[in-house]
Amino acid sequence: MTVLADERELRDDALNGLELATRLERLWRTPSGLLGALMSVDHKVIGRRYIVTAFAFLLLGGALAILMRIQLAGPEQTFLSPDKYNQIFTMHGSTMMFLFAVPVMEAFAVYLVPLMVGTRNIAFPRLNAFSYWMFLFGGCFLWISFLLNVGPDVGWFAYVPLSSLQYTPTKRPDVWAQMITFTEVAALAVSVEIVVTVFKLRAPGMTLDRIPLFVWAMLVTSFLVMFAMPSIMVASTSLILDRLVNTRFYDPSSGGHPLLWQHLFWFFGHPEVYIIFIPGTGMVSMILGTFARRPVIGYPVVILSLIATGFLSFGLWVHHMFVTGLPQLGAGLFTASSMLIAVPSGLQIFCWLATLWDGRPVYRTPLLFVIGFIVVFVLGGLSGVMVASVPIDTQVHDTYFVVAHFHYVLIGGAVFPLIGAVYYWFPKITGRMLSETLGRWNFWLALIGFNVAFFPMHILGLIGMPRRVYTYTADMDWAHLNLVSSGGAVVFAISFAILLANVIYSLRRGALAGDNPWDASTLEWATSSPPPPQNFDRIPVVKHRDPLWFDNESLPVVAGLSIERREVLLTSLAEAEPQTREASPEPSVWPLITAIATTIFFVGSIFTPWAVLWGTPPMAVALIGWFWPSGSREDEE
Amino acid sequence: MPVRIRTALVTLVTLPLAACEGRQSALAPQGLQSDQILRTLLLFLAVAAVVWTAVVIALGIGLLRRKRMPERPLALHQDFEKATGRVVFALGFATLVIVLGLSIVSYAGQRTVFAKDDNALTLKIIGHQWWWEVRYEDDSPDRSFVTANEIRIPTGKAVKVELESADVIHSFWVPSLTGKMDLITGQKNELQFTARNAGVYRGQCAEFCGLQHAHMAVAVLALSPDEFGRWRDHENQSASSPTDVLGKQGEQLFRARGCALCHNIRGTLAGGQLGPDLTHVGSRTTVAAGTLPLTPATLGAWIADPQHIKPGNYMPRMPLQSGELIAILHYLEQLK
Amino acid sequence: MRQTIVRNVGALPTYGYGPRSGPWWGAMGFMALEGMGFAIAIGAYLYLYAVNSDWPIGAAPPDLWPGTVEVAIYLLSIIPNEMTNRAAKRQDLAKVRTGLIVMSLIGIVLLVFRGIEFAHLNTRWDNSAYGSVVWLILGLHTTHLATDLGDTVVLTVLMFTAHAKPRRFSDVTDNAFYWNFVVLAWLPLYVLLDWVPRL
Repeated sequence: MTVLADERELRDDALNGLELATRLERLWRTPSGLLGALMSVDHKVIGRRYIVTAFAFLLLGGALAILMRIQLAGPEQTFLSPDKYNQIFTMHGSTMMFLFAVPVMEAFAVYLVPLMVGTRNIAFPRLNAFSYWMFLFGGCFLWISFLLNVGPDVGWFAYVPLSSLQYTPTKRPDVWAQMITFTEVAALAVSVEIVVTVFKLRAPGMTLDRIPLFVWAMLVTSFLVMFAMPSIMVASTSLILDRLVNTRFYDPSSGGHPLLWQHLFWFFGHPEVYIIFIPGTGMVSMILGTFARRPVIGYPVVILSLIATGFLSFGLWVHHMFVTGLPQLGAGLFTASSMLIAVPSGLQIFCWLATLWDGRPVYRTPLLFVIGFIVVFVLGGLSGVMVASVPIDTQVHDTYFVVAHFHYVLIGGAVFPLIGAVYYWFPKITGRMLSETLGRWNFWLALIGFNVAFFPMHILGLIGMPRRVYTYTADMDWAHLNLVSSGGAVVFAISFAILLANVIYSLRRGALAGDNPWDASTLEWATSSPPPPQNFDRIPVVKHRDPLWFDNESLPVVAGLSIERREVLLTSLAEAEPQTREASPEPSVWPLITAIATTIFFVGSIFTPWAVLWGTPPMAVALIGWFWPSGSREDEE
Repeated sequence: MPVRIRTALVTLVTLPLAACEGRQSALAPQGLQSDQILRTLLLFLAVAAVVWTAVVIALGIGLLRRKRMPERPLALHQDFEKATGRVVFALGFATLVIVLGLSIVSYAGQRTVFAKDDNALTLKIIGHQWWWEVRYEDDSPDRSFVTANEIRIPTGKAVKVELESADVIHSFWVPSLTGKMDLITGQKNELQFTARNAGVYRGQCAEFCGLQHAHMAVAVLALSPDEFGRWRDHENQSASSPTDVLGKQGEQLFRARGCALCHNIRGTLAGGQLGPDLTHVGSRTTVAAGTLPLTPATLGAWIADPQHIKPGNYMPRMPLQSGELIAILHYLEQLK
Repeated sequence: MRQTIVRNVGALPTYGYGPRSGPWWGAMGFMALEGMGFAIAIGAYLYLYAVNSDWPIGAAPPDLWPGTVEVAIYLLSIIPNEMTNRAAKRQDLAKVRTGLIVMSLIGIVLLVFRGIEFAHLNTRWDNSAYGSVVWLILGLHTTHLATDLGDTVVLTVLMFTAHAKPRRFSDVTDNAFYWNFVVLAWLPLYVLLDWVPRL
């Protein structure tokens, strides 16, 4: 169809070696200068920004945790006022869930998935840029509000009627609800990008059973995001409407119902846990394969477990509502469905244990964090089985037992793998190794600090300490365990300081990594560290699930893509047979402008409903600018 | 034998917690329901402990055992792969059996905990930011009365509490007697429990309900049936009129200084409905929903500046001269 | 690492239609999550319906005719939409231009009817939870209608400029595909909003 163009065009089969690399680099690089940086659509540039921003929010959220632990270290302390404490615990939960945990996993996917599937950029790179700006602006919006003393104070779950205008007549819940909108827009955009990247941009020959496990995990996660987050968008929108234009969704005197909020929130909120945990399992599988020096046992079992976990995660939200007075039999059935998720999780654990059993473990920091993950996460999973039981839950629900449980699950299940992933992929992203010595300190302090901080909370919950209390009276006998816990939190915080120091030190002084420092098996290690703007000089062809172990001498590749305009290779869904050479967008400043227009719209609309009217035209203009062809070769072919 | 194991487990878990026996602990049950929940909990705990230990041992052996000679990563032994596959499936199946078993155990426990006794003593609890309104209702209106933050119940008799909220969602939780249940705006929930022994059992709001969620405690006093009957008869009566001058002055100041706009004292002209009923406030054990034990000093401090003790609560600081404060305090203390 | 060229993909086309194109899958993804949004909104409606004995709360059901007329227009619009789609696949620029103009006009007519429908709901958003959820659902669908209309108008303009290159035809087919989603989404919402209150 485009025969004429073809004849004039220079292809990557006409050049070789350095000449080819230089041409591609010039074609795919991000323009220089500040404006260039704002225009970037390179998934690696955006992925890096995403990761750094998410970690910045982790540090902020962690600092809030330390403030809370100082306040709770003893009874009736006045370090924080109840008003500040309530803002802080709300900010801690909201920051960790919406600005750290979900974004950081998507950020790693943005960086790694295109490399792992062997393509030049993520699908819809401009949407990707837009997503990052929305995330950044949403996060800044929340934190600037907090610094202006308008930080949300109704919990990260914002239960009505407490969050309704009547009981919280400030702008604080609006800030919370609109921050949700920002981050959900960002997360949904990335999910669609990941799905399409995995479906259509895989290297030729990467059939479904050759996709790396992290990519599988991110695919399942992306579907979870797509089906869970609309629920919280409906919820937060209706909350804002109730507060701004007097709708009655949650007003019992006009037919509304507070439990509608809880259903909508937890229909999102429970899958949310798996949106955070499943990427962690993907990271574990990748690290484990490399450092056990053999492929993970039970590849199909792991994938089916991920998919089963994804499906089951939509059928257990009610276990967050066991004490709201639901019908007994219904609640009992949700006990069974909640516990059932232990089966796919268990199967994955057994596969990993078997892999270690047969492997020859190389004890580098990433593997240490995976071992820590198994020890910590299994405990959290088991306390999860306890929480799923209705009678037990009536005692431990909304107590420190649950705080302990979900920190074991989320820190054990997601943060330990994540820190392992930082040590594992840092060499690829920066070209330098992180220090092993500091890595070991980091790991042991994290493991010890975490357990000292959170294990006592199980007991505190059982001996009666509820969650979300800014203090407790001296006669409650909770002081000792709280003090221990606060001490553990400090040790845990130090482990993150070490990580930060390690990153800063190693960025300048770390040993050079080379392409594949760990002798790993997947495609991201087939290119240089850090990867060039075009990722690969030629698109690899995949003949084995572990391509670099299958043949570590030479890489089979395809040729024939343009080196005059940005082109990616689309392949078929199941067999990854090449189908088209589709154009990939050039850098553009319009995603940023669109994000700014959207931000004005979102922030404006918590103050006046008219923002919907005057906020729309700038967005429309920005979107037209975004999609209007620029006349470049990418657009016109 | 299982009983002995269970006893041992209970001892093991509760040993470091002996100090808080009986106050506000799921591990020191004093009610039929909390007994049952602890039994279920300990069974789950035992299973969890076994599974966790097994996983960690398997992990340890996996890491430490002598491995075959280094080979290329893809040089796999097909026999081993197959055997492992079977083991993984067997373990997965075992997991399924365990969780189904635990689901059944859990449901059985749930049935016991939520079993209903039609002859239960009924009372209504209405959650407020940040205190508990307690209504003892009877078929004859002159046997119904209202109190606050303290519930007295007879031992050995089922008690049914109907739970409602006047504002936001709260959760009624007295762990020594039973698990919690939410008080939801626009919905009526109920909870039944039976106290085995006499004693004071503390509870606390368990659903975040705003600024002073931390200071919203409730005390359940389980009395012998006779004692309970006497208390109920007494509580049913209106407030006794003060006999001394200072008390009379206090009664009058209670109205003149605005206290009566929010507080009700039955049998007097004070008929406010926003705050706790104070008809027999002198006989209660705590101030400000369990924030402080009730003594003349704490009650006086509370009246003098409620915002200092429980910042943000809805009781305003009234400008009182010290003489006035003493009179009001003296009056309230008499309301036994 | 040494590279061995095992295949040359130079002969492949530079764009495709339907499942062979990236944007088609993107549209699928967004339709899936927006469809989920509709499903959740429907769930909220049914939840409120279930917990209230009185439904519609303090109001008459919506007048039937605006929604019904819309159903007819939506269903009929599938025909010009499909004709535009096919013309785009044939890369017939003249027919694509006509088709896009027709589809833009249909979108505008539907938007006008949507305005009338809001006026005939017989309840306001702040009357009761019933009014709130009805306005939410109708608003949600109107957003989709307006967005697709905007996209159609921009594409129409584009096809009259120098940018009307072959690749744009793929965009036209994706736009036509998305319109079917807007139509399909309306049908259950019509039943829910106009008929469930009459049960």
